[in-house]
Amino acid sequence: MMEAQSYRVRVGLATCGIAAGADKTYDQLVPLLAEHGIVPERTGCLGMCFSEPLVEVITPTGDSYLYGGVTADKAAAIVEQHIVGGKPVEELLALASSAATENDHFMSKQHRVLLEHVGVIDPESIDSYLAFNGYKALIKAVNEMTQQEVIKEVQKSGLRGRGGAGFPTGMKWNFTYQAKGDKKYVVCNADEGDPGAFMDRSILEGNPHALIEGMTIAAYAVGADEGYIYVRAEYPLAIKRLRIAIKEANNHGYLGNKILGTNFNFNLKIKEGAGAFVCGEETALLASIEGLRGIPRPRPPFPATSGLWGKPTLLNNVETYANVPAIFRLGAAEYSKVGTESSKGTKVFALTGKIKKTGLAEVPMGITMREIIYDIGGGIQDDKEFKAVQIGGPSGGCLPAEQLDLSVDYDSLTAAGAMMGSGGLVVMDETTCMVDLAKFFLTFTQSESCGKCTPCREGTKRMLEILERITEGKGQPGDIETLEELGSAIRDSALCGLGQTAPNPVLSTLRYFRHEYEEHINEGKCRAGVCSNLISYFIIKDKCVGCTVCAKNCPVNAISGERKQPHEIDQSICIKCGVCYEKCKFDAIILK
Amino acid sequence: MSKVNITINGLALQVDANMTVLEAAQSAGIDIPTFCHDPELTKAGACRMCVVEVAGARNLPAACTTPVAEGMVVETETERVQKARKTILELIWADHPHDCLTCEKTGSCKLQDYSYRYDVKGSPYQGEVREIPFDDTNPFFFRDLNKCILCGKCVRKCHEINGAGAIDFMNRGFGTKVTTAFDDPIEESSCVFCGMCVDICPVGALTPKQGLNQGRPWEVDKVLTTCPYCGSGCTFYLHVRNDKIVGITPNFAGPMKGHLCVKGRFGWDFVDSPDRLQTPLIKKDGEFVEATWDEALELIATKFKEVGAQYGADAIAGLSSARTTNEENYLFQKLLRSLGTNNVDHCARL
Amino acid sequence: MKATHQCHAADPFDYAPVDEILERYQGQKGATIPVLQAIQEVYGYLPRQAMEYAAKQLRIPFSRIYGVATFYAQFHLTPRGENIIRVCQGTACHVRGAAKIVDALKEQLGIEVGETTEDLKFTLESVACIGACGLAPVIMINNDTFGRLTPEKIKEILKNY
Repeated sequence: MMEAQSYRVRVGLATCGIAAGADKTYDQLVPLLAEHGIVPERTGCLGMCFSEPLVEVITPTGDSYLYGGVTADKAAAIVEQHIVGGKPVEELLALASSAATENDHFMSKQHRVLLEHVGVIDPESIDSYLAFNGYKALIKAVNEMTQQEVIKEVQKSGLRGRGGAGFPTGMKWNFTYQAKGDKKYVVCNADEGDPGAFMDRSILEGNPHALIEGMTIAAYAVGADEGYIYVRAEYPLAIKRLRIAIKEANNHGYLGNKILGTNFNFNLKIKEGAGAFVCGEETALLASIEGLRGIPRPRPPFPATSGLWGKPTLLNNVETYANVPAIFRLGAAEYSKVGTESSKGTKVFALTGKIKKTGLAEVPMGITMREIIYDIGGGIQDDKEFKAVQIGGPSGGCLPAEQLDLSVDYDSLTAAGAMMGSGGLVVMDETTCMVDLAKFFLTFTQSESCGKCTPCREGTKRMLEILERITEGKGQPGDIETLEELGSAIRDSALCGLGQTAPNPVLSTLRYFRHEYEEHINEGKCRAGVCSNLISYFIIKDKCVGCTVCAKNCPVNAISGERKQPHEIDQSICIKCGVCYEKCKFDAIILK
Repeated sequence: MSKVNITINGLALQVDANMTVLEAAQSAGIDIPTFCHDPELTKAGACRMCVVEVAGARNLPAACTTPVAEGMVVETETERVQKARKTILELIWADHPHDCLTCEKTGSCKLQDYSYRYDVKGSPYQGEVREIPFDDTNPFFFRDLNKCILCGKCVRKCHEINGAGAIDFMNRGFGTKVTTAFDDPIEESSCVFCGMCVDICPVGALTPKQGLNQGRPWEVDKVLTTCPYCGSGCTFYLHVRNDKIVGITPNFAGPMKGHLCVKGRFGWDFVDSPDRLQTPLIKKDGEFVEATWDEALELIATKFKEVGAQYGADAIAGLSSARTTNEENYLFQKLLRSLGTNNVDHCARL
Repeated sequence: MKATHQCHAADPFDYAPVDEILERYQGQKGATIPVLQAIQEVYGYLPRQAMEYAAKQLRIPFSRIYGVATFYAQFHLTPRGENIIRVCQGTACHVRGAAKIVDALKEQLGIEVGETTEDLKFTLESVACIGACGLAPVIMINNDTFGRLTPEKIKEILKNY
């Protein structure tokens, strides 16, 4: 019993963990551990979404055992076997500091600077953050450095904006510093709207003080006394944890008036988004904070000179600000040792799609796509063949297998027709239709278009309609050329960055997977078997044993046949839902 | 104002540093097409018709929102620019009724002019077309939102100049529409029917009801006049055809910059009203009877004399009208004082 | 400025919560969206009377506040169901079969996306991305997230509501 008291137990309680049932596991653990005098700790997301819910046990000697897939019913086993019995639960082990697991590569290939403490500290406790050198960077900046010195240090670090185009952060800070104004704002873009991206959410939920510290250093540097964090309303847990963190930072004198006893004031507020992807565009975001429709404004003037309510405004995203404390903790020189010549530091990616280990990974800039997907992500689900990876969300592009050895940095990605974007990586295999994927992204951008400028409002609509026709088997010769011409006109003439990049998913799939478009149009064929108008299901008579499972599951009764006799699909009734294909245990149904 | 040197279409210009590329081009007589630009409104950069090529820029920036800069080199009609403009016109065309033959706006429609200029003969895009019911529920203008190109000038005029704020954009993306709160009928909104939205609409989405089918722009004479309704002195052009007034366009160059009120903008049908008085009327035995001007003035003079003699000049008072000019008001008080009274007032003081 | 809702004497609408909300945000810049969010929190949607009243008090044209309300996906102008089901339409969910989850929900509830069941129990909506991509496909019912879904699991989940 006495030894047991020095065990520590942490439960990953970010949105992803909770969705997998981690809150129920936590509730289960509380009374079980109470018997042994242990209070389980809450922490953020370790990034291993593929084995949520995650529970970490730290032994009295400091060894760490991370258990995966710990649903509530498995909580007792961990307590009894490991904490009481002293024997790790092998079958649940996801990662261990002193033993090899199949997930070792997931962590060892990463370089965790931003995420170092995500999944370790308690995001609802400032003491937990302070225990890991929290707010030391702020103290150093405010007490030992001038505003210009702080900006110089950020410039020296080579940090570039993590939200999209990769603008040099130090330069942005300098513009805002130099802008004339009696009032300045520092704003954080936490409107992470790219489908397939959740890096910012994990930082907000797992280490909110890192963001607050970064923003406060920025406010000091540019001379701002007021700030806003614009968070999307779809992140209720992040908002809750930010509120707690802001309150605690205020109470500890790291935020508010007379920060650290100096004359520097910085008051930070939260603005909840209301559901508009376009608000990720900086001028639209500012309009939304002002209480207007989230519609982009022409630039110039740039927010650095005329932003929120016409005042000089510094705008960066969550990951960018969260890098700042690390720069001051490590020093710019040390920080910039990681990365490539033009892209310094690390980048957090959200690995999703047809990949074995979905989750969050922080990697050094310059790593190859292959290392991310195969070493960290463990390769393709069900060992299917890699087809493409979509990087940079709806503004980004698709990269094919030939580009797997591409260096992941701002410039290489842009040159290859994709972009860093906020860091969503969606992996696709042979069962993904690239025309359907382009259609998916256009559906998204089209429904999220603000409607202000003609090229985006009308142009994305027409591009989408052409893609819909192609996937329905009604494509015509000339459609590909029309898509290309329209796409380049939109890129040339749309008002904001989102409009200008809206055609990217189409243009990049056309660049690398043009043959799939041509097959749809000319041969009426969808090689991935996704576009239902272009496929048919057939039963191979020799393989069918007449088990009747397909016929029973067919929602439209299109399958007929005697028991123990080969069945047949009536093509005129079949709606191509694919249920028979999934249910057949004898591989007797094929897709043509 | 400090100056900068820029080159537009090979022409070296020295222009004010606070100008936009569009203003600089206009100052040099170079015409750049725009739908959404209006010099007195916030710069929107919405229609993108005015995109130009600027040396060193990745995309095509909009001339209406791009400030000039020292050494800037601009081309306004390159192939790339024309292609972008043509695409924009084709996109608008794909979702715009093609009833130019009978559209009231024909001849003063920017979409028509630019389609002609850029040789747009149709649209390669077929797809969904907006179907918004035609609105003729208010007394002054028609709203055909299927023709609206969402340039937003009406919205900005309504909020920034008039202040009524009756209309705004609703929804977003392809579903965007300019309308009142909850899509109420215009009459139930805060609209004051100044008609400025009608006057700046570049297409046939907003057209006045008066003058319908009574003359194409090239068939009318435009006569500059001053509004008689009040003393503000707003000027506008009356469209005259066959000696009849068939329409109005504001005088944007006038002292009121083309801003009118409901009376001045829409209230001119009295001119040819059959109910309008043509001669003075004198009440005889309880009935108004037509009279000549000499008879009427004679009667008034006689009455003044009688009242003055019987009750003294102070029994006479004069009330003047705000519709008259300063000079006329001056003469009016002069007349009253010559009758011996200082009792002069003016309706606008009430 | 205070409590002018008395002028709505003949109007049975309860303006007291709106007054309370307006008081909370009094003097704050850019309060329109937070005020609308708070109104929706109270009434479940944005009633016309509440919007018109808030516009007047905030000194914003009614058309403008309506423009804001119709721009953002979060706002609803008609009453919604007791439980809001949001189906994630993110890339990861799309690639992992979100369409089949939507079909299963539509079939179970007998409504299309954007509609509310007749008994006002469920409203089915789609959402751009919940950000739980690692667990795709996912849905949210009210504030609870459900991940790694299959069409079969939908029935089970709905039973609890």
